[in-house]
Order: sequence, then C-alpha cells, then structure tokens
Amino acid sequence: MGVIIILVFFSVLVAGGFLVAFIWAVRSGQYDDRYTPSVRILFDDESESKK
Amino acid sequence: MQISEVNLKEGTLCYHCGDVCNKSLDIQSGDKVFCCTGCKTVYEILHENNLCKYYDLDNSPGISQKKLESAASSRYSYLDDPKIVTQLTSYNDGKISVSNFVLPQVHCSSCIWLLEKLYKLNSGILHSEVNFVQKTVTIKFNPNEISLRQVVELLTAVGYEPQISLSDIENKVKFRSNKSLYYKIGVAGFCFGNIMLLSFPEYLAPVGSLEHSFKQFFGLLNLVLGAPVLFYSAGDYFKSAWSGIKQRSINIDFPIVLGLVVLFIRSSFEIITNTGVGFIDSMTGLIFFLLLGKIFQSKTYDALNFERNYKSYFPVSVTLKRSAGETSIPVSNLKNGDRILIRNNELIPADAILFNGNANIDYSFVTGESIPVPKVAGEIIYAGGRQRGSAIELEVIRTVSQSYLTQLWNKDTFIKKDEDKFNSLVNIVGKYFTVVILFVAAAAFMYWYPTSLRTAINAFTAVLIIACPCGIALTNPFALGNAVRILGRKKLYAKNASVVERISKIDTIVFDKTGTITKTGDADITFNGSVLSSIEQKLIKSLVRNSTHPLSGRIYDAIETNELLEVTSFVEHSGKGIEAVIEGNTIKLGSALFAADNNKILLGKDRNSAKLDSRIFLSINGSIKGFFAINNIYRKGLEEITSEFKDKYKLVVLSGDNEGEKENLERFFNYKSTICFNQSPHDKLEYVKELQAGGHKVMMIGDGLNDAGALKQSDVGVAISEDVTNFSPACDAILDASEFSSLNKLIGFSKTTKKIIIISFVISVIYNILGVTLAFQSEISPLLAAILMPASSITVVLFTVLSTNLMARKRGL
Repeated sequence: MGVIIILVFFSVLVAGGFLVAFIWAVRSGQYDDRYTPSVRILFDDESESKK
Repeated sequence: MQISEVNLKEGTLCYHCGDVCNKSLDIQSGDKVFCCTGCKTVYEILHENNLCKYYDLDNSPGISQKKLESAASSRYSYLDDPKIVTQLTSYNDGKISVSNFVLPQVHCSSCIWLLEKLYKLNSGILHSEVNFVQKTVTIKFNPNEISLRQVVELLTAVGYEPQISLSDIENKVKFRSNKSLYYKIGVAGFCFGNIMLLSFPEYLAPVGSLEHSFKQFFGLLNLVLGAPVLFYSAGDYFKSAWSGIKQRSINIDFPIVLGLVVLFIRSSFEIITNTGVGFIDSMTGLIFFLLLGKIFQSKTYDALNFERNYKSYFPVSVTLKRSAGETSIPVSNLKNGDRILIRNNELIPADAILFNGNANIDYSFVTGESIPVPKVAGEIIYAGGRQRGSAIELEVIRTVSQSYLTQLWNKDTFIKKDEDKFNSLVNIVGKYFTVVILFVAAAAFMYWYPTSLRTAINAFTAVLIIACPCGIALTNPFALGNAVRILGRKKLYAKNASVVERISKIDTIVFDKTGTITKTGDADITFNGSVLSSIEQKLIKSLVRNSTHPLSGRIYDAIETNELLEVTSFVEHSGKGIEAVIEGNTIKLGSALFAADNNKILLGKDRNSAKLDSRIFLSINGSIKGFFAINNIYRKGLEEITSEFKDKYKLVVLSGDNEGEKENLERFFNYKSTICFNQSPHDKLEYVKELQAGGHKVMMIGDGLNDAGALKQSDVGVAISEDVTNFSPACDAILDASEFSSLNKLIGFSKTTKKIIIISFVISVIYNILGVTLAFQSEISPLLAAILMPASSITVVLFTVLSTNLMARKRGL
C-alpha cells in the first residue's frame, strides 16, 4: 500500500507541472489579448514571388 | 443623407474606404477610383510596397481620408522633443525602442494585417503587434533608423493616425490586466482539484476502514495544499475585510474571512492532533467558486474608456508664435500672454482672446452642438473649441488647467473616490448577517459549555463555518456580472457590476439637451418667408454646394432639386455667410446683417428674436426672401421614454443653450418635470448635488465635456455617444446613441436584477439556517459540509444566471 504514497507524490508533481505551465502562459501574455491571434492565424503566409 | 444622382457616377465606391465617389473630382489610379486624394495616396503607398492584399481581406477596408485636411508638416514636430519621446516610449535601450499607440480606426482584419506589415514600409520598424480589442498597436523600432515622429507620420500616411493626447504624456498609456486574478484562480484550482482527489477515500470508505497512516498523510497533504489557497488566493478578501474594519464598517467579506479562518484553524487542529480530517476540501472549493465569480464579474470593455477627462481630448502641443518664428511647445507649458497659432481642425487648449483671423469655433466636443460659432477679434474663446476654417492667432489669458472648462476638474467631485458614494446591498446584508451569526455561535457555545468545553468549541466553530455566507457572496458577482453582459448586448456598456445595482436605485433622471435628447449632426430645416420658386431653389442649392460649412451641407440636403446651375464669383465670408453670382443673380446666404447688407432690415421683430435659434437669412438681388430655421431633431423614442418615465421618475432637463427650444421641450416633458436653460458646466454639477442633498438618487445622461461634472457627481453617469469607441467624458456607463429608445427597458431590467438578488439572498439564507440548525447540535461531518456548501453555491449561481437571462428575454433585451 506504501506505493500509493509514491503515486500521490507523482500525481501532485505532474499536476504542479501544469500549474507552472499555466502561470508561465499568463505571465508571457497569452491571456492579454484573446481575440487578435484568432484573426492573425488566418492570414496566409507571404508568397514573395507573387507579382 | 440624400445624395443627388447628378453628381455621381452610379454606384462608384471608393476602392480604399468604400465611400461614394464624386464624379466631378475623378480621382483615379490605374483602374481604381477614389473618393479623395487622401485615399488615393494611401493606396499608392500600399501598391508600391506590394501590400495590396490589404484590399483582398475585406472590401474597402480603408479609412476615409476626406476629413483629414492636409496637415501641416510641422504638425508632429513636438515628437522631436526628447522629453516627449521618452514619455511615449515604454522601452528604449538605444538600439530598440518600444511604443504603444492608440488607433481608434482599427476595425477589421485588414487593419490587423496591414499594421503588422509595417516593417515592409520602413526597415527601421522591427515588429508591430495589434491588440484588436483595445485598438492599440505596439511598435518595436530602431531609433537610429527611424524616429518616433517618423513612425507616427508613417502610421498617419497609411490612414491610421494615432491618438496622442495630453493624458498619454502625463501618465503613460496603461494597459489594464488582471493577471494576478488568473494566478490566484490557477493556484486555487490546482489545490482544490488535488484536495478533492485526496479527500475521496474519506467520503467513500465506510467509517474506520481507511488505514490510519493514510488518513493522516492525506490530511497533512491537504493542509499543505490548502494553505496557499487561503493565504494567497483568498488574499483580496482579507484585504477587503480589513479595510472595512478600518473604516468602522463590516462588509460581506468579513463573515467570509471569519468562516475561512475558523475552517482552517479547526481543520489544522483536527489533522495535527489526529482527531479528524478537517474541512480543507470545502474551504478550497469555496475560495475557488468565489474567484470564479470574480472573473465572471470582471467583464470589462477594453476598447472603451470610462476615465477620460479633458486631458484625453486636448492636444499635446501647440504652435507658439514668437518674434523669432513658430515653435511647437507642450500645452502644459503655456503661459498667460503667449501668442498661439491654431490651424484648421485644431483644438484650442486654453482660454484665449482672438487676436487675428476668422474664428469659426466648433464646440461639439464640449456642448454637443456641432454648428460652429463665429467669433471676431477681441472676443474670448474658451478652451475646448475646434477651429473650422483658416488659421487663427490667439493670446492665452488663462493656463490650461485654469480655463473655464477645465477648472471643473479641480472640484471636489473629481477628487472623491468612486467607492465612497455607494453602499452596496450585499454589504448592508453582510453587516446584519455577521451580527446574527456571531450571536448564534455564542449561543451554541453557551448551550454546550455545561456539557463539555470541547463540544462547546466544536459547536461554536461549526456554526461559523457552516454559516459562511458563500451563497450571498456569490449572488452579486453572478447576477450583476450577467446583467452587465445583457446590457452590453443592448449597447449599454457599464463600467463595472456595481453600476447595475446603482441604476436600480435611481428615482431622478437628468438629461442634457444638445447631443443627448437631440441628435447631433442632424437637424430639421424649414424655410420661413416668401415661397421659393423652383428657380430660386436651384439658385440656393447651387450656391451652398460650393461651401464646406456644415450648415450649407444641411441646406443642400434639404432642397429637393437635382438641377444645378453654374456659379460664378463665389465668395465665402468666414463667420458671416456666402455669396455668389449665379446666372446674373446676386445671391447671399448668412447672418441677418450680412444678407441684408444695406441694413434696412428685416421682417420687423425677427431681428431681435434672431438670436434664439440658428437662422440663416437669404437675400436674392438685395431683397430678403426669408430665412432657413434650423430646428433640433429629437432622438427617436424620446416621446415614448418620457411618457413612460414621467410618472415613475422626476425628470430634469439641463440645457446649456438659450430658451429657443422651450416650447418643443415642453411637448415631451410634463409639468412635473423641470427644464433649465443657460446652465454652465458648474451649474449642472451643482444642480445634481442639490438633488442629491434632497435625498434623490440621480442618473445623469449627457454627452459632452460640459456634462462631465454632473456625470461624475451623479449616482449613475451615463454618457451617450454616436461612436462608443471614440468620444465620451468620464462616466459610469456608455450608451450607444442608436439604443437610446431602449433606455426604459434597460433601467427596468436593472431594477428586476435587484429583485433577483434579493430572492437569491433568501435562498442562501435558507441553506444557512438549515446548516446552522445542524451545526448547533455540533454534528457536522466533513461529508455534509462538502455537500451543503457547494450545493448552496451552485443553487445560487444557477438561479441568478438563469433568472436574469429569463427576465432579459421577457423584456425583449
């Protein structure tokens, strides 16, 4: 049964990883503008050769 | 607007901005047609740089360049001033500079595309990023290659003129963010989820079957995970409860904090002494729900600005005229006696005396009235007006902050904080609630004390825990937050959730006249005098066609004839009128004195009454034919609104104008209403103050800077605006002018929301009574707490959200 303690430890560790990822996402500004990127992604890449 | 077909090539729209093109101008580039040279220039810049994809993403995405007069090249010379440059850049290391600009013109995906391709237009620009919702662009550029001024000029050249105002200089453009709330909710969610997992064995296992060592391990882990939730995530509740106590009042956060702290202490005690598992799961769950409510409530309209004062409208710099020549200085440095030069479309930043030139001042900004007022040399021109026409020279008599209009902002009203003026229902309930709970908890303690101290403490803490008013605390954010969203759909944008609650309390509505209940830029024109023959109509229409004065445009639209005659020797006398010779007839249009030039005036008494409203006199070959009277057009729906309001509310109209419209206004407002004329901005503020002193809750509805004081002083200040992103003084809510007619529905809905809140309070108090009855017997199991607390929260959230939605639908919102 002692294995449960190790499993709990790992599950908290993994969940903590997601918490860190979330905090990183907020800090890097991903939640600042929740509209513009949805438009930006639809622009085609530039085809420079096109005249 | 009616557009006569004679003038237009059928169906030709400007390739750049989509406006109708004037055939006679015939502006073309390649096979593309444009409405003005400005649009054509922008197209050519984009064409040269291979950026024409701009036009593929959306049809005619451009911004009409017609209104932008070819600005003097020195217009942005103030941006060469290193002091201003540092104030406008948020980052600078000598190689890279970063600046934020507000671009109100941003409106479609083409805008985003073009503004993020700026690096193609100038290699000095390294990167640019648009925030569509806030209508801003962040530009990273190399200051050695391109100066800030050149960046601004480049933006202007492609049709996106940045809005740079005095307030940007004085305090840098702030970008609101509630990142800390996201962190808090992240931590709370993480801990809550894990604690629930760790608590499940306790819920599911038959009593006593869970191995003892696990029980304690899970308990301690819960405690470790619960601590950051209480001390970090719930930190704002501690702060708010403490600031309440400091002001000697108890708000709703006090019983919440009390419940949370007792929960935590009792749980720690149970876990550490190994006598129980505690209620950490309920505690974290409660905090998580409360924070969710906060996020829901914090719906904000990023593109709107509710905090504007005159500084947001005033220009950054002004052209100073010295004997040595012209220099550009920041307006805050203006001193009395300075001689300044104001060009066409520039704003007058300080009270000044007209020294020289033909002043034609448009005060639409201040009063809502868009017809320019002519001024002659020697007259005082108040700050806030915009010059229309040729450049004028002024001598400053009062500095910017001491001007007639701007003095308003030195009043106490603007120093007071917002929170002071309103005591929310939830805090009043919270106060009584706390008293009752403490009393019940004490009673439980006394009741059990003879039995055993331990049971007494258990009962005491159990009451405080179970009575934690989470339901009440969740009602407000969800009911009001949802109401803000519903009102926003109907284009009434509230600054925050408490505005909805304040609207529900009002009993007096004060209207401004010009621009608020009358429509700006639209008026009803009637001709009084001898009947005009069709030839005379043609003469007038041909005459006004040549003038750019806004009144000419209105007369042009009002005359229904399509045939135009050739005009010779057209002269525009700024501030007086226009004249021309058409097919041998001398025709004059303008003020009474101008039109009747030989002074053998007029239709008798009319000369004296001519002041009361805008009249434009017409003379043909020296004889007065009559005058065009411009009557205000009242907004659609005003009649229904006033007829519905006049029994429910006290109605007041405060007009800065003279009594010319009195009779018309009295048609809408009954004898119980008050109508005051000639109100200065200060008078309006004082009037609202007086009403409040008489115990009234006042809603002020206004539009211009002259209403700013009254808007701020009132309990709810609503600014009405034709274009919500552009133009509105500081206020609590912004109403889109197109939805003026649904004002009564919106106020009615706010009142219903308050009723829903009260019902929801009752529901959560019933839950509390149920819980407290159980707690009084000192019998609460963690499982019961874990069920009862979320159950009451979820009931309250569902009830408020569903019922506000239902009520909105019922009212047709």
